[in-house]
Amino acid sequence: MNRRDSIRSLFLGSMAGGLALESCVSAPEETVSQKIWEYQYGRTPTEALRDGKLLATQYFENSEINTITRLANLILPPSPEGSIEDAGVPGFIEFMAKDFPGLQTRIRGGLMWLDSYSNRSFKTIFLNCTEDQQHEILDQIAFPDPDAKEQKQEVQFFSLMRNLVMTGYFTSEVGIKELGYEGNQPNVWNGVPDDVLKDHGMSYDESWLPKFVDNSKRNDLATWDENGNLTS
Amino acid sequence: MQIIENEKKYDVIIVGSGAGGGMATKVLADSGLKVAVIEAGPFFDPANPDQQTQLKWPYQSPRRGAGTTRAFGEFDMAYGGWEIDGEPYNQVGDSQFDWFRSRMLGGRTNHWGRISLRFGPRDFKGKDRDGLGENWPIGYEDVKPYYDKVDKLIGVFGSKEGMYNEPDGYFLPAPKPRLHELYYKKGAEKSGVKVMPSRLSILTKRINNERGICFYCNQCSRSCSVYGDFSAGSCLIFPAQKSGGQVDLYVNSMVREVTVNDEGKATGVIYIDKEDRKEYRVSGKVVVLAASACSSARILLNSKSPQHPNGLGNSSNMVGKYLHDSTGSDRMAFVPDLMNRKRYNEDGVGGMHLYSPWWLDNKKLDFPRGYHIEVWGGLGMPSYGTAFDPNSLNKYLGLKVGGYGNGLRGDVKKFYGSVMGMSGRGESIASVDNYCEIDPSTVDEFGIPVLRFNYNWSDHERKQARHMHNTFEEIIHNMDGTVLGDKPGKDKDYGLLNPGRIIHEVGTTRMGSDPKKSVVNEFEQLHDVENVFIVDAGPFVSQADKNPTWTILALSWRTSEYIIDQLKKQNI
Repeated sequence: MNRRDSIRSLFLGSMAGGLALESCVSAPEETVSQKIWEYQYGRTPTEALRDGKLLATQYFENSEINTITRLANLILPPSPEGSIEDAGVPGFIEFMAKDFPGLQTRIRGGLMWLDSYSNRSFKTIFLNCTEDQQHEILDQIAFPDPDAKEQKQEVQFFSLMRNLVMTGYFTSEVGIKELGYEGNQPNVWNGVPDDVLKDHGMSYDESWLPKFVDNSKRNDLATWDENGNLTS
Repeated sequence: MQIIENEKKYDVIIVGSGAGGGMATKVLADSGLKVAVIEAGPFFDPANPDQQTQLKWPYQSPRRGAGTTRAFGEFDMAYGGWEIDGEPYNQVGDSQFDWFRSRMLGGRTNHWGRISLRFGPRDFKGKDRDGLGENWPIGYEDVKPYYDKVDKLIGVFGSKEGMYNEPDGYFLPAPKPRLHELYYKKGAEKSGVKVMPSRLSILTKRINNERGICFYCNQCSRSCSVYGDFSAGSCLIFPAQKSGGQVDLYVNSMVREVTVNDEGKATGVIYIDKEDRKEYRVSGKVVVLAASACSSARILLNSKSPQHPNGLGNSSNMVGKYLHDSTGSDRMAFVPDLMNRKRYNEDGVGGMHLYSPWWLDNKKLDFPRGYHIEVWGGLGMPSYGTAFDPNSLNKYLGLKVGGYGNGLRGDVKKFYGSVMGMSGRGESIASVDNYCEIDPSTVDEFGIPVLRFNYNWSDHERKQARHMHNTFEEIIHNMDGTVLGDKPGKDKDYGLLNPGRIIHEVGTTRMGSDPKKSVVNEFEQLHDVENVFIVDAGPFVSQADKNPTWTILALSWRTSEYIIDQLKKQNI
């Protein structure tokens, strides 16, 4: 049995051992198994087990997920560059609530507050409000008071949701592309591009140039003279 | 429960596989000795696809890089952290020492910053300068040949600067600075702060045919799958095995104590196999401790016998004393000139491309010793936390903060790469009052008594931190930047981080020529027991404002040669 199989059996063993009973909603075994291996990012067996347990349970009710998804779409409406759904934001928030249990009551309570407030203002829950009504509600909570020592609960709740939505989006494939991050791939660094240097009025000191890598020689075995001067 | 005897007899048993243990393994095995390496964590090879995190994207994880199970984010290559389940530690009084442990082959070298600085001549003789602490019994000239050998074996990039206390070595060429680093250089030089290429153990050029060359992904903290950076497993232990050395690795094996014979000489160690939770004894002619300064002190203190009733090597009562970490404090800046940046791949190596070594004369200052400045920022890979408070910097531009809608996309893109930071890392004064000791009230899950810490900063360190922030603010001002956050005042120790936070624990088994005042001699050999050596940072007499790894490696090499010599002469 290779390591991957052994983790799989470890995990499925713990499923059979009553894990399914602990969760409010449990997913079928094969869905769970597939989910674990959707994410392959060098987990230790203990970490993989923990991930597996979290992925096998659902914290938010479906109605709460719907409100979260709507809220996320109001915070960051779809654009040609990408949407909340493309970025997997609702699933990310669901996962984080299980990963950081401290988030659970803050989010669940905040969602409840949102429905109570819209019930009082518009006689219906937040999800059933018109877009204009939803904006009207958000306008009350989306701008922290710069002079306040402590922000109100609903303002804190919205700031938390905005943080989770924004970070969920900009850590997704579409979000990273939109941001314009170009790294995370093998390449050869040869300094800041000339046009960028020029735009910023910067340049590399003449006296520093001999200290820098000559990438045409990166494959030549390093040798030095007795004074420590590189000779290759 | 009976202790299970291991039939094999070793020349040397090495406890721990980080920088010190890795180097001892390489040198001792290469000389033909039969070596056992006992590591408390699992086997780890950064080239193993099942363990690799290098080049993973945040969206390959359901938590997008958040640090739930790993302190520096879930792609960081340290199995462990400030807290480890089942392995507690305690504090005395209001002491707050944060102890970082990495339980894996290679230990903390898998994720460290690769900052590879030699101690200079002054660093070995601090007391001569200011009367504080103690001098090392050895000087730069004793260690220099080993620094030279480490440079050539492992590889470090840098530049020859001819500074007395920042000795040059055998350097690979340095990478060109990034844009924010050029801003820093301009700002720092305006204030007379020296700036030079950093010195990191990352291969910008081929050093041998076994290791790959850096491909500039910025992820040394994830441990390099082509071995383009220094980690003890990939660069020392694997090569020792490949060159035909007799190296047996015992992983997931937690050492409890060093065993001794009737004469009080070490005979081996007892460890607990974490898989079957049974105790084993393995014997050897020599025991080398390299478990980390505090872990090695713990093993010594737990090795009580009729011959060594106060713990092994502890007749002086000095084991655990003089624990010290680097000072550290950080500050961030918003640089408006770095808004709306053109995009390009700015990953570079895993760390800064330039830095500032200590540049001042203490005669004009109100604190002893110095600090260096590390620089960070740039167009980095997003991770959990990116785009939090997406437009909070608007307040510096007179624009509205908060809100919702597609304007937030523009805010995030506008500010991407416009925040940078500086970290001061300096030398603290070793004190007998700062120590770790066995806590008789607590054991870990393996039944081994744990450590408790007593560590308090003094005004020497607080004043140094205050100076750091004054310097940071001046440099940020010179860059036309805005200092973020309030200047930490006296109530916050001027921003001085908790001891332990810089993860440079040293000094617990300090070196000296007087057996009453020190634990090991200049060859890192216990004064009390001739066949026990300590090659982690425990023997450090003082810290310097340098990172300890390069000195751990050089001293471990020196000690290993001494062990080979003494075994040949049948002295131990």
